[in-house]
Amino acid sequence: MNISTTHDFSLEALRAGDRAEFARLVDAFSAPIYRLGLKMLGNTQDAEDILQNTFLNALTHLSDFEGRSSVSTWLYRIAANEALMLIRKRKSNINIEDMQPEDSDDVPLPETFVDWSILPEKELLTNESKSAIETAVKKLPDSLRMVFILRDVEDLSIKETAEILNLTEVNVKTRLLRARMALREQLSSYYAERTRRKETQ
Amino acid sequence: MTDLTHQNCQALLGSLSEYIDGELPPELCKEIEKHLEGCDNCRIVLNTTRRTIDLVQIPSEENPLPDEVRERLFKRLNLDDYLHARE
Repeated sequence: MNISTTHDFSLEALRAGDRAEFARLVDAFSAPIYRLGLKMLGNTQDAEDILQNTFLNALTHLSDFEGRSSVSTWLYRIAANEALMLIRKRKSNINIEDMQPEDSDDVPLPETFVDWSILPEKELLTNESKSAIETAVKKLPDSLRMVFILRDVEDLSIKETAEILNLTEVNVKTRLLRARMALREQLSSYYAERTRRKETQ
Repeated sequence: MTDLTHQNCQALLGSLSEYIDGELPPELCKEIEKHLEGCDNCRIVLNTTRRTIDLVQIPSEENPLPDEVRERLFKRLNLDDYLHARE
């Protein structure tokens, strides 16, 4: 469910420093923002830093927030920026060879054609599979992972995702397609390999 | 079809996300469905992409926020008084 449609907050109260209203805002958005941090950075300490910095930043800039976007979009934008800044900081010590490929508009052609979608859910979601899914998401380039998390994990719309990341809707759609195809390819290889392993046992 | 280099397959691939999200006009959906009837590989790509999205969404339905992380956040924001006011 889209969070921005499930909560209404009084911008007036927030701007006037109403702590109870701010606490309500924090409770409504802490879980998705923590999850965004976890999926972008891959560890709980960084996710907690992103969570705290997002709300500290929001508190500082509440008086500047004019309400042109929804509170949800505004908070996600702060959180996404915090996450991307932390990623850049972490990467500043990494060799250029370890950097991910540049963003492009090309959608790679699918290579694995195994219909694992018909497997029962309990087979698709073993602990090993869950870990393979997490790894596949982590392997996405940062710019694709961010779009994928906002759109497919947090269930935000293309328009909201574009507003949060300051991208065009066309750009979001292209990145989303590339992210989905890359994940599909990785999971297809994983489930094909697992099926082969089971057959030889 | 044995690969996805065919023009119709490439066109489908370009519209795949929007088709899955139900954002395409009905006439384009019909064209895609007609192509899918005769193209095993495109059907597999569609089914497995849909499933991929489902699978990634399932773990995110659980609340990932540990109580102690919420507590530290509320303290950092000087909102200790509201720690127990969760709706």
